[in-house]
Amino acid sequence: MTAKKKLSIVCFSGDYDKVIAAYTIATGAMATNREVTMFFTFWGLNVLKKQQGRSWLGKDVLSRAFNFLMGGRNTLPLSRLNFGGISPKLMQGMMKKNHVATLPELIEAASALGVRIYACEMAMHILGLRQEDLVDEVEDVVGVATFLNESEDAHIIFI
Amino acid sequence: MSKILDITKETCPMTFVKVKLALSRMATGEQLVVHLKEGEPLNNVPASCEEQGYHVEALRALGDGVHELIVRK
Repeated sequence: MTAKKKLSIVCFSGDYDKVIAAYTIATGAMATNREVTMFFTFWGLNVLKKQQGRSWLGKDVLSRAFNFLMGGRNTLPLSRLNFGGISPKLMQGMMKKNHVATLPELIEAASALGVRIYACEMAMHILGLRQEDLVDEVEDVVGVATFLNESEDAHIIFI
Repeated sequence: MSKILDITKETCPMTFVKVKLALSRMATGEQLVVHLKEGEPLNNVPASCEEQGYHVEALRALGDGVHELIVRK
């Protein structure tokens, strides 16, 4: 048997629609027999926080303020036409109505399929986040060198 | 006993995801019957099953654009 095709996705964006795109590609790739790694950095880390709403995570005043404003999985903004956070909720309703998987369903599927999830050490350091602030699916907190080594013979997508 | 999975109401990527998860939870030798729609699912789900080393035993049209795929793990 030939080696599995590999795909690595850099999840930089914390925009609701872009995160859905990342998880759609990740789960689709896993389901079609590829090995998938998702590397979450900066805004993308919001998706991985255990606290799904806004929370004062961090180690000092500034990082706490940033984490509160950045929010969690349930407060991801739409990249356009966000209208103060109303649009993602409307969008989720439209997705359900049209039998398209919603973000929580995609995240659950990614976990069931065994997508490898890494969090960026540098971004976590800036934001004062610890691995215990993130969901259990996070396999490790790593730097760019580890990510590149893991992605040596993979396609890399930046979202 | 074979398991029946209806993905006719699903859209990308859950069509593939549900088939993959159903097969991964089955024992080797068990049979999965998948009902799927023509277009993307029909074009790619059977091929993806074969690529993963599963045996496609039958693929037939049931009418109204729905097809039945029988895969053995």
